Amino acid sequence: MENQEIMDEGKQYIVVKLGCEQYGIDIKYVDNIVRMQRITRVPKAQPYFKGVINLRGEIMPVMSIRLKFNLEDDEITKKSRIIIIKTEQQALVGIIVDEVKEVVTLMENQVEKVAYEYGKDDLNSYLVGVGKYNNELISLLNINGVISEQEKGDN
Amino acid sequence: MDLSQYLEIFIDETNEHLQNLNEQLLILEKEPENENTINEIFRAAHSLKGMAGTMGYKRMQRLTHDTENVFSEIRNGKMKVTDGLVDTLFRCLDALEGYLETIQSTADEGTEDNEDIIKLLNDFISNEGKADVSQPAAKKEEIENKQEASGKEKYKELNILDFERNAIKEAANNDIKAYGITVYVQESCLLKAARAFLVFKALESLGEIIKSSPEVQDIEDEKFDFDFSVIFLSDNSAETIKAAVLDVSEIKEAYIGEIVLEQIEKQETAVAKETVETVKKETKPAETAAPKQAAQKTPAKPVGRSVRVDIEKLDVLMNLVSELIIAKNGLVSASAQEGSSINVGFNEQIEYLERITTNLHESVMKVRMMPIESVVNKFPRMIRDLCKKLDKKMDLLMSGEDTELDRTVIDEIGDPLMHLLRNSADHGLESNEERIRLGKPEVGTIRLDAYQDGNNVVIEVGDDGRGIDTEKVKNSALKKGTITPEQAENMSDKEIIDLLFRPAFSTAEQVSDVSGRGVGLDVVKTKIENLGGDIEVSTKKGEGSVFSIRLPLTLAIIQALMVELRDEKYAIPLNSIEMIEDVNVSDIKYVQTKEVINIRGTVIPLIRLDQVLNCPEKETEDESLLVVIVKKGDKQVGLVVDELIGQQEIVIKPLGKYININKIISGATILGDGEVALILDANTLV
Repeated sequence: MENQEIMDEGKQYIVVKLGCEQYGIDIKYVDNIVRMQRITRVPKAQPYFKGVINLRGEIMPVMSIRLKFNLEDDEITKKSRIIIIKTEQQALVGIIVDEVKEVVTLMENQVEKVAYEYGKDDLNSYLVGVGKYNNELISLLNINGVISEQEKGDN
Repeated sequence: MDLSQYLEIFIDETNEHLQNLNEQLLILEKEPENENTINEIFRAAHSLKGMAGTMGYKRMQRLTHDTENVFSEIRNGKMKVTDGLVDTLFRCLDALEGYLETIQSTADEGTEDNEDIIKLLNDFISNEGKADVSQPAAKKEEIENKQEASGKEKYKELNILDFERNAIKEAANNDIKAYGITVYVQESCLLKAARAFLVFKALESLGEIIKSSPEVQDIEDEKFDFDFSVIFLSDNSAETIKAAVLDVSEIKEAYIGEIVLEQIEKQETAVAKETVETVKKETKPAETAAPKQAAQKTPAKPVGRSVRVDIEKLDVLMNLVSELIIAKNGLVSASAQEGSSINVGFNEQIEYLERITTNLHESVMKVRMMPIESVVNKFPRMIRDLCKKLDKKMDLLMSGEDTELDRTVIDEIGDPLMHLLRNSADHGLESNEERIRLGKPEVGTIRLDAYQDGNNVVIEVGDDGRGIDTEKVKNSALKKGTITPEQAENMSDKEIIDLLFRPAFSTAEQVSDVSGRGVGLDVVKTKIENLGGDIEVSTKKGEGSVFSIRLPLTLAIIQALMVELRDEKYAIPLNSIEMIEDVNVSDIKYVQTKEVINIRGTVIPLIRLDQVLNCPEKETEDESLLVVIVKKGDKQVGLVVDELIGQQEIVIKPLGKYININKIISGATILGDGEVALILDANTLV
């Protein structure tokens, strides 16, 4: 019984907005959320890397999920934030989002796994599933897939 | 006791001794009669044996013991130094280095017995008809010791306190005897405290120590000369105790005697009278010991006062200095912004701070610096081995061994240098017969020169051999398909020589195990470039060639020129900048559709940095361009920039994972206002 309960405690996600869509990022990958700041462009880097920022004395690359997802370029507003992601390799990288909304807890049964077979485009490898919360859908990001350099759909 | 705390010292000291042995053996090979050298080798071998023994490395101890035997033979004039012997001794050193390596990685000496070497060594001794020399030597020592013994039983001078006397009395009632013991540690012993500890441990297994002089704490801290005395209660015989003490290695002698209380009482009155005298006596040995030690050390290099520091601690220190410089830059730019509103005093203080941080940075850097000696001093031995292997006579001349480089660079530079030296020995120098035929001195010369040049250190490896045959290189490249025949037509000698640094390129017709596997110069080049340096070759057919390596003094903090391109800031390392010029657009000429400028007779290609770095287009073309001229070796290139900001000390930081960076960008730095600026690697542009 106890085990069951722990399983059911679910996972916490930070809900962010990109355009009109909502995405969830597993909170265990989030190191920090900082306000938008001046980004230094790095010539000849991958196009979806906006550049680097100075985060308390460390240089940190910042990428745009919008560009990586082939959406139109970011429009920086007051609500824009940089989420500092700490990956399993302990490396830090920032991603730009339009807005950070809230932290939600999703139970196992609120998450629907993405069927990989169907539709082989990039976006699927960037998602781990779709969460349902208060009648809204949240696409849960596969952080390692988003950040890693190998682009499966690269042509 | 946990010996592991001594392990690091042991490894360091052993390394030093082995290096010393290598050097001395090289001398001995040239001057077989040099007595100083023989003594020095004997001493080093002896210390090695002792140290290995203390640490419990039995195999290593055995090997050094046999080496020591050979030298004691030579020292006593019973044996001559021969080529074969030197060869065997070198093999011995290699075997010892092997032990050390195993110890370094596993803290254990491994299982290799090196029986063959030991046998060879013993054969040398028996061939000379005088087996086992250690015995007569030991006997002699004993006699000497006996003569000196009387004054050496220092325990008799110990002051026995009341409670100790009571303890002795009580022990006597229980049939336990009290002994006074004075132990002399060998003067060459390096881990005195460890030795003393082992003696104490041996004693404690036999009885109880009730007094020691100096105090145990002082002994642990090595605060004693070469002897210490204890009063010891035990029911064992004096001989057993003495044997136990002498069992500890590097213990020179132990004097033991029973203490009877009446004796002490008598003595005490005597001592009281003779206090003045004893004081004299005690100071005397100390005085004589000191000069003796000094005399022993004179043949070795003078040892400076030094502390061993973990390199990681230095890295932390360096990081803190970097942070401080960033903070200082912040202050500087803040004060510049406010401008007039800040009073003069504040600016003066900032300038003062600037001076201090720069000095601090330099000092910390210097702490991290090591003389290149630690790398190059193994080369004479290597060249000697190569002489035998290649059957060529050659000399290695070295200069500038005291040139200092950052520790991280030192760690990496050994392999490339070794490779270049092997290259010179194998490809560069002709065979002896050929040299004689060409009218050159029979013995070839290889040079290794190091010197500081501004913010760089230059290391040159040269030989007086045949030089690089550009035709041969060209043909070889053609054969391998590295270049096309058309390319070959138009190549300058320099470009051809650069081919040598391409991967999988070797001109040696025969692959030897010295060099010529084709995995050479390109690896050397990459390694040096990874260290932020570069390598160049100059060669003259028939006269030899010189490889010069140029390395930056430090890796983390550099002086840079800040430039602006549109609204982006970039840093160009100052050491690669030759000059800055204002160039009129009308002065730009075209060579093969590429832009060039002519500055005082030199034609310099222009690089539009904004285009290389994909900066946004400029709306209007200026009439004059700001050109920063950078050099790499004797090549120059002009970089067009929009604006100059000024010179600044910058801290190099990596850009982080995941982001792909072009070779042009070598890192990033944080400016005073917190902004990030990218550092351009001018070398890749030239």
